[in-house]
Amino acid sequence: MSILLSLHHRFPDMELSIDCTLEGGLTAIFGPSGAGKTSVLRAVAGLLHPDQGRLQIGERLLLDTGAGISVATADRRIGYVFQEPRLFPHMTVAANLRYGEARAKGHALPLGFDPLVALLGLGDLLKRRPATLSGGEGQRVALGRALLSAPDLLLMDEPLSALDTRRKAELLPYFERLRDQVGVPILYVSHDVSEVARLADTVILMEKGQMRAIGPAADVFAGGETGDQISRDVAGAILHVIVAGYDERDGLTEARIGQHPIWVPGRVGAVGDRLRLRLDARDVMLMRELPQGISALNVLPATVLGIAAGPGSGALVRLDHQGQALVARVTKRSVRALGLKPGLALHAIVKSMSVTQERVGTG
Amino acid sequence: MTLGLGPAEWQVVNLSLKVAIWATLASLPFGILAAIALARGRFWGREVLNIAVHLPLVLPPVVTGYLLLVLFGSQGPLGRFFETTLGLTFAFRWTGAALACAIMAFPLMVRAIRLALEAVDPKLEEAAATLGASRLHIFATVTLPLMLPGILAGSVLGFAKALGEFGATITFVSNIPGQTQTIPTAIYSLLQVPGQENAALRLILISIALSAAALVASEWLARNMAKRVRGS
Repeated sequence: MSILLSLHHRFPDMELSIDCTLEGGLTAIFGPSGAGKTSVLRAVAGLLHPDQGRLQIGERLLLDTGAGISVATADRRIGYVFQEPRLFPHMTVAANLRYGEARAKGHALPLGFDPLVALLGLGDLLKRRPATLSGGEGQRVALGRALLSAPDLLLMDEPLSALDTRRKAELLPYFERLRDQVGVPILYVSHDVSEVARLADTVILMEKGQMRAIGPAADVFAGGETGDQISRDVAGAILHVIVAGYDERDGLTEARIGQHPIWVPGRVGAVGDRLRLRLDARDVMLMRELPQGISALNVLPATVLGIAAGPGSGALVRLDHQGQALVARVTKRSVRALGLKPGLALHAIVKSMSVTQERVGTG
Repeated sequence: MTLGLGPAEWQVVNLSLKVAIWATLASLPFGILAAIALARGRFWGREVLNIAVHLPLVLPPVVTGYLLLVLFGSQGPLGRFFETTLGLTFAFRWTGAALACAIMAFPLMVRAIRLALEAVDPKLEEAAATLGASRLHIFATVTLPLMLPGILAGSVLGFAKALGEFGATITFVSNIPGQTQTIPTAIYSLLQVPGQENAALRLILISIALSAAALVASEWLARNMAKRVRGS
């Protein structure tokens, strides 16, 4: 089911402008705070009325300012998980979950009540009141509540931003399961690169209200053709790998891209599982010769695709490794010293220890 | 001195309770509507409504009573309207006493309910809308339950005020034993006659007891309802 979205709205201090077509899966709207990400979600949900806009989900036209069409929030069939859970304090968790059931009548639920409660681990919470839940539990309930209203599209607005690192780590696997098993298209807003890299299929990059880039997550974080679309702090590669084994003695998981091994610290997944690894561009080192006597475990043969020199001393080098994009952030001096140019074959070196737990996701 | 009440005194207490209860119950729906209009409404004349609702709080009660007499008396336009359409007479009846008490208690009731409404987080109503609830359904299932402590507090406050109302009542419906004589007007009458201090004192003590009970009940209800609503 494809989603057609076009929004233009003038705020006193910012102009919002976005045009895109989405094809299911999890689309992350990524950008710094104040980029207008939340406004996009609010307009999609019908909580903000844009000056000009069009929204169509599959066959259903929900907004067309030109034709004077704007379906009310309650009738849009769009679920919304807010930054804070927004659970109804006077109802039990079970009553909260069932609040949207009336709308769901006659529509196929992505997942029934009991399987969803199991998927989100809510079984023990059903009789409790929201005031007694932790922040992470509250967000899981809010997520379940939104899904049980049988939405055609699920909006998630920085659902992890109010949580501490440990709770975030607890919740991310639930989001991954949701993305992989439930099949409702998701529009996910975040300013956290590790979150987006783990979850997103597609990334929309936003800055100051404007859509700067859209594409597969790996492409957008690689910086695009010119490298100026992404800030140096978040540039990196997203590698899709398959678990091949676990080394008991050293406590390392062996993952593979094709036949080439990549070592990841700790035990992650089971043999055959698909993982995605985020490699920060600053953690990747380039060498022209095959290195000898080096502590880094991962040496990946790669070909230079392009070099984008920034305004400062650094440059972003885009590389190809067996069809997957790698990105290295190096100095302009190194680009010169190594004679880097498109087509050059070399070796990309990645320390295993730089692939921390939070940078490993499923799918 | 005996605290045992004679039949005439029981009649006064019963009538007072009847007047106050009716005044509270009949004005409650209007109180909720007025609170919603004042807290959430964006319409021309909102300030006028605000002033009209609060006027009885600051006007001399005798003025309010006189205005009621002019409007709701047997020759008044509203009085005739209610008489012919609903068969409801206010002039010199207990219903008139209830009307006067309701008008006088109204600002207090509306203030309490309005505060409760303003304390309801609009974010919860937004969330309910994204779950497919209509505005009416949101009000019935989210807003109203969360306002309930304030509605109860406002009702009890209004009830206590209605029990004690004197000036507007005596001006509008006079002080007719068995018809419109409530505890305050009865106390007033007794104090006009030498030798009735004991009877007056009995009613005064009852008045203190009823008012104190209403305040205690209001505190208790507010605390318990708030606890239930917040679920902690």
